[in-house]
Amino acid sequence: MLETVIQQALNALQLGSYYSLIALGYCLVYGVLLLINFAHGDIFMVGAYIAFFAATYIMGQHALIPPNSPIMVKLVFAGFFALIVTAAVSFAIKKKPQAPGRKNYSYPAILGGIFITVTAAIYYWGQGMKLETGADKILVFAVTMPLTMILTSVVGVFIERVAYKPLRLKGANRLYVVITALMMGIILEYGNLSLLGTSRLSYPTLLPRVVFDVAGAKISITKLTAIAASFLMFALLQWIVTRTKLGMAMRAVSYDKFAVPLMGIPLDAVIVFTFFLGSSMAGMAGMLYAMNFPVLDPFMGALVGWKAFVAAVVGGIGDIRGAFVGGFLLAFLEVIVAAVFSSELRDLISFTILLGILTWKPTGLFGKPKTTKI
Amino acid sequence: MKKLLVALLVAAFAFPAAAFGADTIKIGFNIPLTGDIPKVGEMSKDAAEMLKEKVNGAGGLDVGGKKYMLDFVYVDNEAKAESAVNAALKLIEGEKVLAMVGPQGSGRAIPAAEVANNNKTVMISGWSTNPKTTLDRPYVFRACFLDDFQGPVAAKFATEQLKAKKAAVLFDVASDYPKGLSEFFKKDFEKLNGPGSVVAYETFTTKDVDFSAQLTKIIKAKPDVLFTPQYYNEVPLIVKQARELGYTGPILGSDSWGSAELMALCGDDCKGQYFVTHYAAAGAKGATKEFIDAFNAKFKQIPDDVGALTWDATGMVLAAIQKMGAISGDLPKDREALRNAMATMRDYAGITGKMSFDGKTGDPIKCAVIVKISDKGEFTFHESVCP
Repeated sequence: MLETVIQQALNALQLGSYYSLIALGYCLVYGVLLLINFAHGDIFMVGAYIAFFAATYIMGQHALIPPNSPIMVKLVFAGFFALIVTAAVSFAIKKKPQAPGRKNYSYPAILGGIFITVTAAIYYWGQGMKLETGADKILVFAVTMPLTMILTSVVGVFIERVAYKPLRLKGANRLYVVITALMMGIILEYGNLSLLGTSRLSYPTLLPRVVFDVAGAKISITKLTAIAASFLMFALLQWIVTRTKLGMAMRAVSYDKFAVPLMGIPLDAVIVFTFFLGSSMAGMAGMLYAMNFPVLDPFMGALVGWKAFVAAVVGGIGDIRGAFVGGFLLAFLEVIVAAVFSSELRDLISFTILLGILTWKPTGLFGKPKTTKI
Repeated sequence: MKKLLVALLVAAFAFPAAAFGADTIKIGFNIPLTGDIPKVGEMSKDAAEMLKEKVNGAGGLDVGGKKYMLDFVYVDNEAKAESAVNAALKLIEGEKVLAMVGPQGSGRAIPAAEVANNNKTVMISGWSTNPKTTLDRPYVFRACFLDDFQGPVAAKFATEQLKAKKAAVLFDVASDYPKGLSEFFKKDFEKLNGPGSVVAYETFTTKDVDFSAQLTKIIKAKPDVLFTPQYYNEVPLIVKQARELGYTGPILGSDSWGSAELMALCGDDCKGQYFVTHYAAAGAKGATKEFIDAFNAKFKQIPDDVGALTWDATGMVLAAIQKMGAISGDLPKDREALRNAMATMRDYAGITGKMSFDGKTGDPIKCAVIVKISDKGEFTFHESVCP
C-alpha cells in the first residue's frame, strides 16, 4: 500500500514539474506585462521540437546533413547555423544605443554564439556522438539542454517583438494583445504542421535508462531530472525576481509601467528579459517532456499549456510561488482522482476542486488583490 | 467585361464536367490526412492512388463492355468525428460520389456511416472493426473483421499461447474502438479464465500522454499480460512507461498497432510483442506480395494493414461496380444497384484474405492474423485464426 502511495506521489511530482515549469512562464509574463501569453503552450511545443533537432544534430543524425556528406558541406552548414543563431540572439537582445552608461545586452548574444560554435566543434570532433557510452549520452544531454533553452527563448522573444510589441507601442488594449497571443499559438501549431508534415517524431533516448527503487516505487532518471529541474528553476526564478537588480526592475515595471522609464529603467529590455526567461523555461519543459513522452506532435502543447495556465491562475497568477504550487496541486489532484476513482472522472473532479478554490479565493492561493504582481 | 469573365468561369467549370462526366466514376475517400493519425490517411491515399493508376493505366474500368475512368476525391476528416460527418456530407451531396471509402477508424466511421446510410450511398470502411459501424445500416460495409471477433482471438491467444491466467487492460475510454474492443476482450478472457481474471481494467482519455497513475494500479494487480488496444501514437508511450514502472510481462495489442510508423516511434521497446491484425507483410505470398512489392517500389515503404485494407475495400467497390453490369447515370439508382451488388459479393480474393458478404450485414467473413514483432522490428506472421 505504502509502495503504491509513494509511486503515485512520484507520478504526480513528475507531471507537476511540467505544469509548474510552463505555469512559471505564464506567470512571469503576466506579472510584468499583465498579458496572458496564450502562445506559451505552443512555445513549449516549439521547445520540444528544437530539443529534437538539437539532439539529433549533435548526434549527427540530422536529416539536413547526412553523416557521410563531405566535411566542407558540414562545416558550411554549421557555420551558417551558428551565424543565424547568433544574429537572431543579438537581434532579439541588442537594442539601439540610448543613454550612455547603459548595460550592453549583446553579451548574451556573444555567449550564445560561442556556445553554438562549441557545439559545432564537439560535433566535428566526434563526427557525431554515437551514443554508445553513458558519458556520450550525458554529454549530448548537457549540450542540448542549454541550446534548447537559448533557441526557444529566441523564438519567444521574436514573437514578442513581432506580435506584441507593435501593439503595445500603439497603445492597444490588453484584450487585443491576448487575442494576438492566441493567434500566434495557432500560427505556431499549423506552421509546424505545414513545415514538418504530419508524421510524429520520436525523441531519442538521451539519458541512460536507469530506474531507481524508492521503497518499492520506481522512478527513472529522466523523471527525476524533470522534477529536479522544476525545483531548481523555481529557486532560480525566485532568486532573480527578489534578489537581483533585473528582478527589481521587473517588479517595478509590474508596479507602474509608465513611471518606470522615467526612472531610467529600460522598459523594453526588461520585457525582453522577461520573455527570455519565460520561454527558456518553456524550452526546458519541452525538452524534459519530450524525453519522458518521446512522441512529438504539433499539437502537444495545447492541452498541457492550457492546464498549466489554469494551474497558474489557481496559484495566483503573477506570483511565482503560486505558479509553482499550482502546477503541483493540479498534478496531485489529477493523479489522486485517477488512482482512487477512475480517469474518466479525473478532469471533472480535479477541475471542480480548482473551481472551488477560486470561488473561495478568487485571486488564487498566493494572489493578492491589487498589489504588485510577481 | 464582368459578364465575359463570369461566362468564362462558368465555361471553365462546366467544360470538364461535360467532357468527362459521362465516362468517369467518382469515388470519395473520407480519411485522416491530418490530425492524430495522419499515417493512416497517407497510407489510404497512397494505396488508393496506386489502384487508380493501375486501373486507369489499363484504359479504365470495364463495366458491361464500356470503359470508365476512375476519379478519386480525397477529403480530410482530421481524425475527428464531427469532421468525418462533414466530409461525408461533402462527398455525398457536394461531390456526388458513387460510393465512399472510409473513414478508417471506428470513432469516425460510426457517425459517418449514419450519414451515408441516410443518404442511401454505399460506404465501405477499410479498418473500422467496431460492430456499430455496419449495424442496421444496409448501405455500410467494411473490409475487415469485427471487434467481437478480434476480442476473442486476443483473449484466446493470451490464454493459450502466452499462458496468462490474469490480464490487465488499459484503454482510451473516450474513443469507440479501444472501448468496444476492451469490453469484448474482458468478456472473453473472463469466460476462459473465470470471473475476476481481468485484474485491472484501467482507462484514460484521448490526448493523454502520462499513464503512470493507471500503470501503477495495473502493476500492483500483477497481471500475466497487458492488453492495450491503442493507436500507434500512444503505444510507444504506454510500453515505455510500463517498462519504466517495472512491468516485465508481455504486452498484447490489436490491429491499431499495425502501422508502418509504430516501430519508428517505439524502437526496441515494442520488439517481441504480439498483436492481432489483418495481414502480415513479412513472409507474404502471391497477390499480397505483388502488392507489397509494387507499393514499396512506388512509395519506398512497406504498406501497413490500412494500406492493404484500403486497397481491398476500394477493389471490392470496383468489383461490385463491374457486377452492376451498366451505369445508368441516375445517381440514386446507381447507388442502389451498387449496394445490391456489394451485399451479394462472394469470395472476393483480396490481399488480406478471402471475403464474402452474406447479403444481410456489411461485415465480411474472413480470418485474423497474429503478428509477432521480430527483433529486427518486422511484423512477422505468427498464426492465423479463422471464424
